[in-house]
Amino acid sequence: MIKKAILFLGKKTASFFYFTGGINKLALEAFYLTFKPPFKEKPFIEQCRKVGVDSLPIVSMVAFFIGVILALQTAYQMQRLGSEMYIASIVAVSIVRELGPIITALVVAGRVGAAITAELGSMNVTEQIDALETLAANPVKYLVVPRFLALSIMLPLLTLYADAIGIFGGWLICVNKLSISSGMYTHITFNTLLFKDLFTGLAKTVFFGMIIAFVSCYEGFNVQGGAEGVGRATRHSVVNSFILIIAFDCFFTAFFYFIFP
Amino acid sequence: MDMIELRNISKSFESHKVLDDLTLHVKRGSTFVVIGRSGCGKSVLLKHIEGLLKPEAGEIFVDGKSILSMPDADMNSLRMKMGMVFQGGALFDSLTVGENVGFSLIEYSSLTKDQIHGRVEESLKLVGLSGIQELTPSELSGGMRKRVALARAICTNPDIILYDEPTTGVDPITADAINDLIRGLHDKLRVTSIVVTHDMKSAYKIADRIGMLYQGKLIAEGSPEEIQNSGNPFVHQFINGLAQGPITDDIKRTL
Ligand SMILES: Nc1ncnc2c1ncn2[C@@H]1O[C@H](COP(=O)(O)OP(=O)(O)OP(=O)(O)O)[C@@H](O)[C@H]1O
Ligand SMILES: [Mg+2]
Repeated sequence: MIKKAILFLGKKTASFFYFTGGINKLALEAFYLTFKPPFKEKPFIEQCRKVGVDSLPIVSMVAFFIGVILALQTAYQMQRLGSEMYIASIVAVSIVRELGPIITALVVAGRVGAAITAELGSMNVTEQIDALETLAANPVKYLVVPRFLALSIMLPLLTLYADAIGIFGGWLICVNKLSISSGMYTHITFNTLLFKDLFTGLAKTVFFGMIIAFVSCYEGFNVQGGAEGVGRATRHSVVNSFILIIAFDCFFTAFFYFIFP
Repeated sequence: MDMIELRNISKSFESHKVLDDLTLHVKRGSTFVVIGRSGCGKSVLLKHIEGLLKPEAGEIFVDGKSILSMPDADMNSLRMKMGMVFQGGALFDSLTVGENVGFSLIEYSSLTKDQIHGRVEESLKLVGLSGIQELTPSELSGGMRKRVALARAICTNPDIILYDEPTTGVDPITADAINDLIRGLHDKLRVTSIVVTHDMKSAYKIADRIGMLYQGKLIAEGSPEEIQNSGNPFVHQFINGLAQGPITDDIKRTL
């Protein structure tokens, strides 16, 4: 029993190191190949469209609802303290520093990351990745680099957009239901928000984008066993991206809290 | 002089030994046909020559150079001179037929769009297709996909072509046209080829040498006549497609 448990733990630890090792190797190769000619803009633009433009509807919807919910929940607490004036600043700071980035990253991990794993995974099981190699095209350069660049550039932009929509959601509630004037709300929002809030919020999404790109490509490249394998890899890709994003976010937040308060 | 040489190659997947101390020589400008039962490792053998799989032991030489110790850049320039037809076609389904066939030309050559279009059309004509450049692979039948894969492999005029069952899944008339095509590339352009096939009629027609793969080794090798009249009971059972014989006895014994 104990032996079994230890064996199981050992196996899990080994596969964890194998996974992180593989991700690091893929990331290093992709970084290197990004700066190696030839440069092709067409696949990059195509990926930007898939990551950015196509995610706009769902990101808008989620960010809007989060803004509304956040305003209502904050109002509930602030009304008890009699300090409704703080709602605007709490909504703004929470969204820009934390909720905007993390919600956008999770939505994109579920939407785009899963699609990337499924696509590369089916290419893998139908030998298209082998075929790329026989045509002297490096699969990392050809497939990973445009996705990684698109994700790490589009995710910050999407987040910026989500921040704006979220704050708009909060504004809608405060102005219509809580009788705070529109001018007051915007004034407080822009007065409380510091450049630092925006910067730390957006900076980490660059890394979230890289996490999504490398995890999803890695899982796609390592699919084993047909359609079932593609399904399994897609699930792993989403779960692992979620875990890594949250863990990195925690680390990043703690780092900035203690080092640059 | 050997264009392709495999020396004592061994390859296993987990505990399953697929290639076992296999040695193979293919002369420059000749066509070598590999026959063998389903699952005996023919596709695995081809993938070793393209450098897609690495053996546990042994050495592989292509055009006199060892590919196992070759830097990536050299491997890529070697691959530009090789073409491979995958068993399942392996067409890129995010690209059109034209972009598939002209992949190397689009990526690496400085030809104009029209020139590439012309070269692609030429290759497609050779495999009996035309006017399908704008279609995507999902709009093609299985046999058409196979032929587009063939067109992609020959589009860059390679010196070496590896065919994995080029005539499987196409009608007999097209199959014979593909045999003629392989024969023609051999006669006119002195292309070195390895062809994996189950189709003995095609094998006799195109081969300079035929080798039979069995339990990880080449158990017989010779000219088409030698193979046809081989005294080897394994070869005899295979080429005549008999249900009874030493191959099936081996399977019964291991069960
Ligand atoms: N990537 C792989 N992982 C594990 N096992 C593999 C892999 N590729 C091939 N094999 C095994 O190697 C053996 C040989 O496979 P291969 O595809 O070369 O057969 P084949 O001779 O081409 O058969 P067919 O004529 O049906 O195409 C099979 O038993 C297969 O299970
Ligand atoms: Mg095969």
